[in-house]
Amino acid sequence: MTDFWSGYAWPFAIIVAQIMAIVVPLLVAVAYLTYAERKVIAAIQLRKGPNVVGPFGLLQPFADGLKLLFKETILPAGANRIVFLAAPILTFALAMVAWAVIPVAEGWVIADINVGILFLFAISSLGVYGVIMAGWASNSKYPFLGALRSAAQMVSYEVSMGFVIITVLLCVGSLRLTDIVLAQQTVWFAIPLLPMFVIFFVSVLAETNRAPFDLPEGESELVAGYFVEYSAMSFALFFLGEYANMILMSAITTILFLGGWLPPLDIVPFNWLPGIVWFALKVALVLFCFLWVRATFPRYRYDQLMRLGWKVFLPFTLVWVVLTAGVLVTFDWLPQ
Amino acid sequence: MAEAAIKPLTLNFGPQHPAAHGVLRLVLEMDGEVIERADPHIGLLHRGTEKLIEYKTYLQAVPYFDRLDYVSPMNQEHAFALATEKLLGIQVPPRAQYIRVLFSELTRIANHLLNITTFALDVGAMTPLLWGFEEREKIMEFYERVSGARLHSAYFRPGGVHQDLPAGLLDDIGRFCESFPKVIDDLEDLLTGNRIFLQRTVDIGVVPVETALDWGFTGPMLRGSGVPWDLRRAQPYECYDQLDFQIPVGKSGDCFDRYLVRMEEMRQSLRIIEQCIEKMPDGPVMVENQKITPPRRGEMKRSMEALIHHFKLYTEGYHVPPGETYTAVEAPKGEFAVYLVSDGSNRPYKCKIRAPGFAHLAAMDHLCRGHMLADSVAILGSMDIVFGEVDR
Repeated sequence: MTDFWSGYAWPFAIIVAQIMAIVVPLLVAVAYLTYAERKVIAAIQLRKGPNVVGPFGLLQPFADGLKLLFKETILPAGANRIVFLAAPILTFALAMVAWAVIPVAEGWVIADINVGILFLFAISSLGVYGVIMAGWASNSKYPFLGALRSAAQMVSYEVSMGFVIITVLLCVGSLRLTDIVLAQQTVWFAIPLLPMFVIFFVSVLAETNRAPFDLPEGESELVAGYFVEYSAMSFALFFLGEYANMILMSAITTILFLGGWLPPLDIVPFNWLPGIVWFALKVALVLFCFLWVRATFPRYRYDQLMRLGWKVFLPFTLVWVVLTAGVLVTFDWLPQ
Repeated sequence: MAEAAIKPLTLNFGPQHPAAHGVLRLVLEMDGEVIERADPHIGLLHRGTEKLIEYKTYLQAVPYFDRLDYVSPMNQEHAFALATEKLLGIQVPPRAQYIRVLFSELTRIANHLLNITTFALDVGAMTPLLWGFEEREKIMEFYERVSGARLHSAYFRPGGVHQDLPAGLLDDIGRFCESFPKVIDDLEDLLTGNRIFLQRTVDIGVVPVETALDWGFTGPMLRGSGVPWDLRRAQPYECYDQLDFQIPVGKSGDCFDRYLVRMEEMRQSLRIIEQCIEKMPDGPVMVENQKITPPRRGEMKRSMEALIHHFKLYTEGYHVPPGETYTAVEAPKGEFAVYLVSDGSNRPYKCKIRAPGFAHLAAMDHLCRGHMLADSVAILGSMDIVFGEVDR
């Protein structure tokens, strides 16, 4: 019996507690990201944004959530039921799973595996399946076109993202996310690898289907793209997944380029703040850029987006990988 | 193996679509993302305006014109008022002319603001819309102050304008003219130099001059292709010949040129408005002919004759001498014209409306062929279609 408790039940409880400790703040963050998005874009557009539900409209995300919860989930007659319902669940689950390896502060990570960045890359690549399944299972033309666009888009941008990650890995010498952060103690990679940082940020916009690359859900052509047919909670899961992905990608950007939980300078007023606060601040900064871009730019056209991915980013990142490797070898700066 | 024919993907674009600008139903036959055929289906907003007008007196017909292109109502009243005045053989007093021109140009700005910003929204930029509507709201307030209605003003009537300008309105419009260029500059900052916007609009939906003439394009659709044809200059009506303004023209006739033409037209309209405010003459705003225009309220309290005139005008209306006229004005969207036939009675025998959007939309298939799905939205946005006037 003691075996059961110490061998199974207790570790299981700890794992569940750890998961909760990540997922609950994450969902709250998602809720307030939607609020922040509406407020930030409203400010840019000379509007007020949500200000009725609760003080400063702070309860608006929960009102929206409740509304979606109580609505009817409509299954289109021609849809493949199982795939149709599995798609949002998959999208949402994948957006959550990736957080297992994200170190939010020194040692604050569920699984500090030694291939963390590969795991993240694999999970974010799987994200496209949710979209394709949704588009196919809806058995309708707009979602289908949206899904096709999305598949092409996500695949194209992953390639250049891969090369960006390789340049970072060349400078770190480890696939473990904690090591990547600790390698930035002298200087954040955003400074020596600035072009890669910019390309990574743009690719992240494309990867998460955010403006100006929001073609899969391009409102003016495809109405809402792959989730045209979704309603109520099945829609909410897509929505939550999309926003959780935004936060995830911001977290990855922070870890790869902005020094994760490290303070900007390791001197007194800065290192008083705990690492998690720095981490959250940096993620918030990246997220703000997401929203800022959305309010400012028009949308790319499908072929233009492909051209940017394959003909601009891919050769550029490829050259930069060679260049970085060359510099590291020449000056003998390779990490041991 | 025999080759199998590949059926194109038929996409039903609208009538309930965020980018359909109203109730356009566009049946698209597509090869992947490329449009092979675009078939616009119209008529979902058909209300039989032209036929209804045949059963209304000339005064009662005016509000129908507000409801055609509901984005630029006053310009259309203008065409009808001018046509009726031509048949009646009257000339409106100078103050009425200037007020008409002033409000026609305000309407042009309101129309272009809506078109440019929704066009930007169609290519994915949403902020201009909110910025532009802030200004549009101010113009709507000017409408309200002068006519009592924000949208369907029924302000230009045969014989002049309904009421004189309220006190202080000209000063406020003057202040608007001072602040508005800043907004145009802001919109230009967001759009004109934006590389994504350029990629989405340059060389999209190119209209060569011959095509534009063949399809009967007018307004910015024609000027975007480089033809300096503007009825305000080519066939001046009202007091346009006394005002100094320029006609912007494009070079290549693509969506971007049409956007630039509209931007510049807003600046030119501001110039016209400023001149109107400066030159605004005093005097009556309606023809002093009580057989056509209603008598003053004070006079009705004293004069039996005035009371009878009032009664006759608002029950039977006035009789218009037999004749016919094709009278056109330069509406923001192009040449808006009324072909009016009178048989001498108090109602039009026939009132044919020439809506510019109808001719533009007819070329949709021609312009969209070979472009991508996203371009069709940009082309549609740059055409400035409003279904009130297309479907009538």
